[in-house]
Amino acid sequence: MKTIKKFFIDNEHVLGWAMSGPALIAILAIVLVPMIQSIGQSFQNLDLARPALNAFIGLENYANLLKDSRYTSSLVSTFRFSVISVIFELILGVSIAVVLNKKFVGRGFVRGLMILPWAMPSIVNAAMWKWIYNANFGALNALLSQLGIIEQYQIWLSDPFWATVLVILANVWKETPFTVLMVLSALQTIPEEVKEAARVDGSSAWNTFIKITIPLIAPTLMIVSILQFLWGFQTFELITVVTGGGPFSTTELVAIRIYQNTFRSLRFGYGSAMAYLTALILVIPLVIYARSTYKRMVNY
Amino acid sequence: MKKKKIILRILLYFVVILIVVWTITPYLWLIISSISYKIDLTTVPLKWIPRRLTLENYQGLFFHRGESSFSADVFVDSLKNSAIVSISTMLLSMPVGVLAAYASTRLKFKGNSVVMITSLVAQLIPPIILVIPLFVILRQFNLIDKTIGLILVHISIALPLIIWLMRGYFATIPYDLEDAARIDGCSRLGALVRIILPLTGPGLVSVMIFAFIASWNEYLYAYVLTRSEARTVPVIIGEFSTKLGLDYLQIAAAGVLASLPPVILALIFQKFIIKGLTGGAVK
Repeated sequence: MKTIKKFFIDNEHVLGWAMSGPALIAILAIVLVPMIQSIGQSFQNLDLARPALNAFIGLENYANLLKDSRYTSSLVSTFRFSVISVIFELILGVSIAVVLNKKFVGRGFVRGLMILPWAMPSIVNAAMWKWIYNANFGALNALLSQLGIIEQYQIWLSDPFWATVLVILANVWKETPFTVLMVLSALQTIPEEVKEAARVDGSSAWNTFIKITIPLIAPTLMIVSILQFLWGFQTFELITVVTGGGPFSTTELVAIRIYQNTFRSLRFGYGSAMAYLTALILVIPLVIYARSTYKRMVNY
Repeated sequence: MKKKKIILRILLYFVVILIVVWTITPYLWLIISSISYKIDLTTVPLKWIPRRLTLENYQGLFFHRGESSFSADVFVDSLKNSAIVSISTMLLSMPVGVLAAYASTRLKFKGNSVVMITSLVAQLIPPIILVIPLFVILRQFNLIDKTIGLILVHISIALPLIIWLMRGYFATIPYDLEDAARIDGCSRLGALVRIILPLTGPGLVSVMIFAFIASWNEYLYAYVLTRSEARTVPVIIGEFSTKLGLDYLQIAAAGVLASLPPVILALIFQKFIIKGLTGGAVK
């Protein structure tokens, strides 16, 4: 009995595997096994509506994807959406973080507020902006017309350009606080003496910011940009609710396309292939992020 | 010189006010809409501050009332489902995740990096890819539109989150404390339960809240993997707001209710949440 106890409780290998086993099994079963299974599906004609036609077709799905102009144009839209979002999130996020790093009355409160858009369910964010953009009773039209910027209420979401701008705005509002909080915590690690020394040497505030602050927070900026890009690329509910992909598919992002093909047209093989091809595009930013996170955590 | 300083101060406060307005106005407008009469919000020009308030949009979500009766049962059921799914996800994944995080930070065993890599990969796989095979598998096991199916899937989101965040907290506790306890005759597990976990108390609570919020807010899996019985609040809000003719103010009320649990929890525990967010770089 004692040896059994010794074996289980005092052997770090056994104890380690026993303690991490349940988590590993759960993750393997719910994430990794399905992922491998769906690689197989992507090489099949797997049509839930017509199971009689199911067959292994090799790379045909992938070949068809390259010819699928609706898919390729959704990729372009997604890139545009994510990159523009990231740019604005960075500019706004860094600016807000710099202000919130200064001393002022109520600073703790304002920093706390940053958590509000982050904590909100993204589907509520989508419904909220849809209501604001409403053509007849929306706050956007009311505001712009009361400010005298527009004479008549506009149907913003039926215009391809404005629809794109407005879904990006909704995304930027929700995601910027994450950038703010990350940059703020990076700013707080910069010792006051460093900036003081620059000031004594006669460097202007702007110069200090560009030459000293930005390089010091550059690693954080990179991680945040990659994460925001990855999240932007997966945007789904915002589009589903606000524009439904329209007008004329201009805001149809790739996640919508994958969903439509798989769960509306029930072409599971084709949908899987689309999902994998899209993931392949994300591999480079994913690997950069994973490596840096892994390195940081290993140091513990 | 002094004058310049005063101007800079005023400018700073002006910018701070702008930041506050930008951050809260959209949400504030959602709240105002949810407690307004329809007739007051559909007049042009729009009045921003309502003269009279009402709870009728909220009542419509809970009680049968003429034409809007469609939404009453549906919304209450979805609230129940959301509560069941997110609380079960949190309670089931916490012990499992905490044990794995402990093992992979404190024990010298070969599975160390396996735990880290597995959870990192799991966290990075885009849900839109994973949802396809998950749907196929859950269908085989007859788990589509079942809360238990959604809970299983949500556990896969929560576990990597918990493991990464808890690793950070465990790392802050000195080894000496644990060694001292073990010299006094504590086993590994005893030391974990009696010494380490109480020390990570606030961390433990914030990780629980992270897991809860992640599950409560989740949309894509819930949308694809449920049909009618197991729909959660986000799914219902998505349905309400894509259906034409559904009352906007009622959607606003549903949105406010759906956002209250995560927003209130996040505001109460903001210090820990911000620490977790910036330390682990997770969503």
